[in-house]
Amino acid sequence: MNDTDLTKPFCEQIRDAAEKQTPLSITAGGSKDFYGRPGRTEQHIDTTAHCGVLGYEPSELVIQARSGTPLRDIEKLLADNGQMLAFEPPHFSETTTLGGVIATGLSGPRRPWRGAARDFVLGAGIINGKGEALRFGGQVMKNVAGYDVSRLMAGSLGTLGLITEVSLKVLPRPASEYTLKQVCDQAEAIRRFADWSSRAIPVSAACWHDDHLYLRLSGDENSTRHAQHQLGDGLLETLPDWWNSIRDQQHPFFNRLDPLWRLSIPPATPPLALDGDWFIDWGGAQRWLYSPEKPEQVRCLVASVGGHATLFRNAPENVEVFHPLPAPLLKLQQRIKHAMDPAGILNPGRLYPEL
Amino acid sequence: MDRDDFIAGLHDLPAHCILKDEAELRPYECDGLSAYRKLPWLVLLPETVEQVQSILRYCHTHKVPVVARGAGTGLSGGALPLDNGVLLSLAKFNSILDIDTANRLARVQPGVRNLAITEAVAGHGLYYAPDPSSQIACSIGGNVAENAGGVHCLKYGLTVHNIAELKLITIEGELLTIGSHALDSAGYDLLALLTGSEGLLGVIVEVTVRLLPAPEQAQVVLAAFDSVATAGQAVADIISKGILPAGLELMDTLAVRAAEDFVHAGYPVDAAAILLCELDGERHCVESQIEQVTRLLQESGATEVRRARDEAERLRFWAGRKAAFPAVGRLSPDYYCMDGTIPRQHLGKVLSTIARWSEEYGLRVANVFHAGDGNLHPLILYDANKDGELERTEEFGGRILELCIAVGGTITGEHGVGMEKINQMCVQFNEAELQQFHAIKHAFDADSLLNPGKAVPTLARCAEFGRMHVHHGELPFPELERF
Repeated sequence: MNDTDLTKPFCEQIRDAAEKQTPLSITAGGSKDFYGRPGRTEQHIDTTAHCGVLGYEPSELVIQARSGTPLRDIEKLLADNGQMLAFEPPHFSETTTLGGVIATGLSGPRRPWRGAARDFVLGAGIINGKGEALRFGGQVMKNVAGYDVSRLMAGSLGTLGLITEVSLKVLPRPASEYTLKQVCDQAEAIRRFADWSSRAIPVSAACWHDDHLYLRLSGDENSTRHAQHQLGDGLLETLPDWWNSIRDQQHPFFNRLDPLWRLSIPPATPPLALDGDWFIDWGGAQRWLYSPEKPEQVRCLVASVGGHATLFRNAPENVEVFHPLPAPLLKLQQRIKHAMDPAGILNPGRLYPEL
Repeated sequence: MDRDDFIAGLHDLPAHCILKDEAELRPYECDGLSAYRKLPWLVLLPETVEQVQSILRYCHTHKVPVVARGAGTGLSGGALPLDNGVLLSLAKFNSILDIDTANRLARVQPGVRNLAITEAVAGHGLYYAPDPSSQIACSIGGNVAENAGGVHCLKYGLTVHNIAELKLITIEGELLTIGSHALDSAGYDLLALLTGSEGLLGVIVEVTVRLLPAPEQAQVVLAAFDSVATAGQAVADIISKGILPAGLELMDTLAVRAAEDFVHAGYPVDAAAILLCELDGERHCVESQIEQVTRLLQESGATEVRRARDEAERLRFWAGRKAAFPAVGRLSPDYYCMDGTIPRQHLGKVLSTIARWSEEYGLRVANVFHAGDGNLHPLILYDANKDGELERTEEFGGRILELCIAVGGTITGEHGVGMEKINQMCVQFNEAELQQFHAIKHAFDADSLLNPGKAVPTLARCAEFGRMHVHHGELPFPELERF
C-alpha cells in the first residue's frame, strides 16, 4: 500500500461535520466493529488509506506510523529487527490497523508484565472535533510538557479525536519463550499466579482454563530453563500459536454467540461466585465469562471487588456495554469530551450514551 | 479578598494548621528551583481529606487561587506560591495506608516519601520502581503531579506506568476515584491525564502505587570513553543488541570530576565521559548479559571497562551518579539544572553545540544524561551575585531547550514545566494545541484557580514572549541545518 497523508482532507471533513452537526464514525480495518456501543452516526471517515511508517530507528526503541498502517506490517518490520510491540495487541482480523489498536486500547496476554497499549504511547497526532490537527507527546521516552493527551486517546474509542499518527515505544523480543502447563483448579491457579508474580520469575503470560494453567516464561535460554525448576512439575513446551489464539480470541472458548463478559479485577481476587464458563487471563486480572447470571448481578459483584465489567461481545439489547460510571466521574468525562469535541460529532455514543 | 476575613471563614481548620506570620511563611517561598521566590499569602496544612475538601470548596466560592505542595523538591517552580492565594501543603498526609502483597499494591497518602514506600515493602521482596534522584525527600503526591522519572525509566517506566489509582479532590471539593486496583478502568484514562498535570487539575489526597518483585540480582559495569560521541554510540550498540539495561547513565568529564571529588566513587577522572550500565533481573540472565555488555563496550571503543567487584562497589558507582547535582553544586555558587529530552542519535551534536555556547556565554556546563531514554540534564554553573549572570544563564538554558525541540525532543523529560519553562511551551506547542490544553483545564477548573500561571502559558504570554512555534523542518536555528 502506498504511503498517503490524508490529514488535510480529514480536517476539512471534520470541520464541515462540526458546522453541520453531523455525527461521524471513524473506522479503518473494522476488526473491532463488534466492540463497544453501536453509536449514532450518519457519516463515516475511513482512515485505512492514511498509512505509512514515518520513522523507525531500532536503537531508539521507537516507531512512528500513520493510523491506517496495518498492524501486521508494523509487527513484521519490528520482528525483522528483533523487536516487538510488548503489549501484544489483538489481531481480531488481518485488517487491524494501528489507529484501531490505540483507539480501543486493548492489550494481549503480556499486558500485566510489560504494560498496556497506553503505556507504550509516546506521542500522537490527532484531529480534534473542531477539525484542528494537533500533536502531543513526541518520539522520546520521557516527555512531561503539557497534559498527556496522547495517552488519553488510548481506549477512548475515537470519541475525543481522530488519531492521525502514533509514536510507540518498542521492546526487544525475548530470546526464548516456553510455556509451562499444569493441572489445577481455578482457585489454586490464581494463588500460584499471585505467588509467582511476586518473585523474580520471568513470567510473560498466565492463563487458566478447563482445569489447566498455562504460564509463559520469556527471557534468555538460561533463565527460562532455570525458572522451570522453581515452578514445580509441568510440561514445558513452546506454544506460540496457542498464545496468539488467546490474544486474537481464536481459541474455541471464544467461539460462542452468547454475551461474553470481560471482568477486569485485582488479579489475586479469589474465584467469583458467578455461574458460567470461565477463562482466566492476565494472571487473574482479566477474566472472561459466559454466564446465565443477570447483568446487574455480574456488575454488582465485580464492583464490590474493585473492578469493572464489560460486555465484550454479543451484548444483549438494553444492557450497557461498559460499566456504568459514578455520576460525578461521568460528568467530568462529559466535560472532557466537550473540551475535545465541542460539537459532539466524533463517534458519539460509542463508549457511553452521554459521551 | 482580605486575608484576615479569609482566615476567619476557615471554620473547619484548627489554628495550628494555618501559617500566616512572615517567619512561618518564609520556608515556603520556593521549591527546589530556588531562583524563583515569592512569599506566600497564606499556608494551610490540613490533616484530613475532609479539611482539604472544605478548603477547596471555600476557595472556589471566594475565587481564591490554590497552589498544592508536596515535599517542595520540584525543580521547575511548580510549587512556587502566590501572593494572593493559598499554598496548600500536603505534608501531614504521610501515612502508608495499606500494603496488598497479593496484588502488589501499596495505598499511601501523598506526603509519603518515595523511598519510604520501598523501605516499607522491602520485607515482602517488593519495591516501588521510579527513583528520582531526590527519592530520599520527594513525596509520592509530587511524583504524580510531575510524572517523576529516575535512573531506571528505560526498563521500568515513569510514575504514570507505576500507579494504579488516585483519590483526587476537585476545585469544587468533590472527591473522585481515578483508576482502580485492577489493571484498567471504565471510561477515559484519566489516570494518564492527571499524572504530570502539575497541580492544575485537582489535588491528590491518596495514591495507590504498583509494586514489583525486587530483582534477584543487579550488576553494574562502568566504562570510560575518550569522547562523549563514542559513549553515545556505545549506548545505541547495547540497545540494538536487544539488551534493555535497568539503568544507563552517562556523565561528562566535569560531572565525573565533581562527583569523584565529592563521594570518591572510584571514577576515572581523566575520561571525557563515563557510562554506567546496570543490568538486573534473574541471576543467570544478568550474568550472561553483563558479559555481553562488557564485550560490546570494549568493541565500541571504551578505554576502560570495569565491573563492580561487589555490592559495595556497585552502590559506590551509583552514589557518584546520584550525588552528581550536589557535587557540581560545590564547583560554583549556583547552578541551573536543565531537563531536555532528545532522540539519542543527536546526542553528540547537541552536546557539542552546548559546549560551543558554553564558551560564548562564559558559563561552564556539566552534563549528566539518562542515556537510555534520551533525558539530558545540563547543569549550568553561575553566580547569582554577579550582575546579569542569572539572566545570561536563563537565556542560555532557554536556547538549550529550544535546541532539544529542534532535534525532535522536548523541553522537559521529568522535571515539569512549572514556572521555569513556561515560555518554551510557546515554542514546543502551537496556538491550537495550547488552546486544547486550556480547554482540558477548563473541564476540571473553569475559574483557573488551581496553580494558575504554571505549566501551560496563556496565548497572550506567548505573544509577549515573541517566539513562534516552529514545525518540523523549519527550525529557528539556522546553524542546525547541517544536523
